[in-house]
Amino acid sequence: MINGTVIDLSRLQFAATALYHFLFVPLTLGMSFLLAAMETVYVTTGRPIYRRMAMFWGRLFMINFALGVATGLTMEFQFGTNWSFYSSFVGDIFGAPLAIEGLMAFFMESTFIGLMVFGWHRLSKGQHLAVTWLVALASNLSALWILVANGFMQDPQGAAFDPTTMRMHLTSFQDLIFSPDAQSKFVHTSIAGYVTGAIFVAGVSAYYLLRNRHVELAKRSFRMAVLFGVLATIGVVTLGDALGFVDAQAQPTKLAAMEGLWKTEPAPLPLNLIAFPDQAQQRNHGAVQIPAVLSLLETHSLDGTVPAIDALERQAVRQVEDGIPAVQALQTLSRNPEDPAALAQFNAHREDLGYGFLVQRYAPDLTRVTPAEIRQAARDSIPPVAAVFWSFRVMVGTGLAMLAFFVLATLYSLRNRIQEKPWLLKLAMGMIPVPFLANEAGWLVAELGRQPWTVYGVLPTWMSVSTHSVGYMAFSLIGFVALYSTFIAIEMYLMVRTIRIGPPEARGPRGPQPRPRPMPAGGAFATAPHAARTGD
Amino acid sequence: MNGYAIAQIIWWLLLGVLLVGLAVMVGMDMGVGASLRYVGRTDTERRVALNIIGPHWDGNQVWFILGGGAIFAAFPLIYATAFSGFYVVMLLLLWTMILRPIGFEYRSRIGNPAWRGAWDWALVVSGAVPMVVFGAAFGNLFRGVPFHFEWNMTSFYTGGFLGLLNPFAVTTGVLSLAMSVMMGSLTVMNGAEGTMAARARGLAQVAGTVAIAVFAIDGFWVHSMAGYHWVSGPGPGIPQTPLQQAVITSPGAWFGNFTAHPVLWCVPVLGFAGMIGAILAARAKFSHLGWWSGALAWIGVIGTAGSALFPFMLPSSSDPSMSLTVWNSSSSELTLRWMIGFTVFFVPLILWYTGWAFWVMRGKITPDMVESDEHAY
Repeated sequence: MINGTVIDLSRLQFAATALYHFLFVPLTLGMSFLLAAMETVYVTTGRPIYRRMAMFWGRLFMINFALGVATGLTMEFQFGTNWSFYSSFVGDIFGAPLAIEGLMAFFMESTFIGLMVFGWHRLSKGQHLAVTWLVALASNLSALWILVANGFMQDPQGAAFDPTTMRMHLTSFQDLIFSPDAQSKFVHTSIAGYVTGAIFVAGVSAYYLLRNRHVELAKRSFRMAVLFGVLATIGVVTLGDALGFVDAQAQPTKLAAMEGLWKTEPAPLPLNLIAFPDQAQQRNHGAVQIPAVLSLLETHSLDGTVPAIDALERQAVRQVEDGIPAVQALQTLSRNPEDPAALAQFNAHREDLGYGFLVQRYAPDLTRVTPAEIRQAARDSIPPVAAVFWSFRVMVGTGLAMLAFFVLATLYSLRNRIQEKPWLLKLAMGMIPVPFLANEAGWLVAELGRQPWTVYGVLPTWMSVSTHSVGYMAFSLIGFVALYSTFIAIEMYLMVRTIRIGPPEARGPRGPQPRPRPMPAGGAFATAPHAARTGD
Repeated sequence: MNGYAIAQIIWWLLLGVLLVGLAVMVGMDMGVGASLRYVGRTDTERRVALNIIGPHWDGNQVWFILGGGAIFAAFPLIYATAFSGFYVVMLLLLWTMILRPIGFEYRSRIGNPAWRGAWDWALVVSGAVPMVVFGAAFGNLFRGVPFHFEWNMTSFYTGGFLGLLNPFAVTTGVLSLAMSVMMGSLTVMNGAEGTMAARARGLAQVAGTVAIAVFAIDGFWVHSMAGYHWVSGPGPGIPQTPLQQAVITSPGAWFGNFTAHPVLWCVPVLGFAGMIGAILAARAKFSHLGWWSGALAWIGVIGTAGSALFPFMLPSSSDPSMSLTVWNSSSSELTLRWMIGFTVFFVPLILWYTGWAFWVMRGKITPDMVESDEHAY
């Protein structure tokens, strides 16, 4: 039997390391495009200031990128180390996008980032620009594949359970990658990254403008960032709405938790703007409602309705009851894979296999399951409502605040009056933490809202963990907390220091010129071929 | 032999290709890291060493990430059982490996000697420890690992942490570290000049000699060790669980494939020849040739392990019949086919642009360069 503390510690470790990793990734996604845009302006107009911009923001980009890479290693291996049952159960499907991410995206991103940083003097203008665009493209491709993998956890498309191997197997690769959840989530999440990059560049530029330093560079950076940001924020909001629409179909329990919908009511449904959900009593305290808005948002019509928690729980009771014979049949099939009666019983109940697993947490021997245990399992099928409800409101609230900021900043920046508005510049600096908060809240909505499943409706979280001792899990958690705390302190210090020092001032009236290749002798780049090791 | 069995074998071979990529490319960078304080005596010399691999370490590291992802996709039971079973060792690997990106990126951003000294040590540790862990993990495959499955494929690892650091596994760890130091030294020799290159040249020969000795000793050791022998089970190309086979252990069984197919002896010979070639090339100051010869040695060493173990991938010492093989731990045919397609398309593309990146950044790295370039590590 799996120890409950091990489950909690595994979840805590995953949440902590994923939330931490997700501090760095969105900034990489957004800044890579801004760097590519700045360099494009440099190459098309030939104005050196844009080259200085790309180089300066590139330095900050790399400080962030290093931690994204380092903490990404943890994520790739954590499924195997801490979630071994999950990994063997769905590795057939979930592993594929991770491997493709490596093949298609990570190699491209990591190889060309070396050239982006070290290749300024070695590549022609056009080549370097191409390299920078490839980095931006690759970081987005990596987001695509990781969200295809995540999309499978939210809405398992293109897969089926195979009783002969006791695992899920792929039935359609197309269904897996074109799952609506994966696609809308990819666009929503990567654009959220663009917003993060835009706020960061705008905020740091505002810092220089307020102090009258590097004014030309900061003004241009600010303008590019807010233009990029206003478009991106509109995209995030639109896609967020689309994602809500998809969730309404695929994950009714998540949607009910996001909106604090305890009791089934007739359409049109009101929106709980503010409420304090109480999971034990299954009701909200102090709700402030807007009539009819929820039906409009989630079904895009006035007479649409979405299932509430009471109805979902009643349905879960039926599913648990139906899932029990499926698990029992599977136990027989494990001993004798060809038992025809067990196979028939399994096929009759296979749809609800996951719900059978859900109750096995309380009744390891399913022949003695009690109605109370079935009710408890059904109750478990509802995610933690208050946490999901409030994470969702933090995400939407911060998103709308950023939209308002970007609209204002774009207006003043385009009229070239941004320096006359110190309050707006101070606001821009104050906005720097906001997208990070929004991203983390978004992660919580998506992954807490998926509970109690690792794969929605198919595999419960409690079963997915590795069979470690509490001591092992505590040891690894402490190790990660110690390492990661040190890392973030160093990262913040370097980031702040590099920003304080600022970009090097332009040398001469036209700034530094790109040096031709190969390097002149003074540059001491020897021309001896060095390439034999790669076969060229 | 049906299509599924062929896909399983192709994936077993592809995994070998990816492991060789990992050993050659990551091993080279790890070797530079592990020997950083020996090859580079001053701060500038260490910066030269770091900048030789500076533009490439990040791309090279993806072989490691891809290795993990590919095992996950193609052999999910291996990924799940091995990574959770080797828990503490995996943490050791991860915690040292995540120091590397930060070490490379942050070390030279601040001039303080204590700061740089601390990161130098971090880079030494993050170069040496992962290579020892990789090698030790392979060593444990020969000895078997204590694990078993419940009816629903929940795996239980029943050994301790120290059991994974048994004497044989330590020797394979040393072999892996020695080979990567050899490759790292050849890389530094190729990219640096003067006394640094001379130190690297000496180290490459020493490391290569150690590797030859340990590889030979391990060969005799494996011969006297109890190997695993597959007796019965559903076999290749049939969906199954590891609960349906019979496996016994017997001394010398790891040489069974070599006895059955003597042509396989070419593989360990390639390992020895590659190491000897690398040493001779280092002595003759042909660093390129030495590097390529070292890469062949990796193919020989990893190929030897694979030839001996096949079809086993993760033998169980506590319940040999639950050992994981190519046949009972692979993904479904559909997944394997898609992944063969992606791998066959992308790996040549990766090799091509990696080659271009090395060509662009070709040439020696000198102290002047690292001191005048604001982007240098």
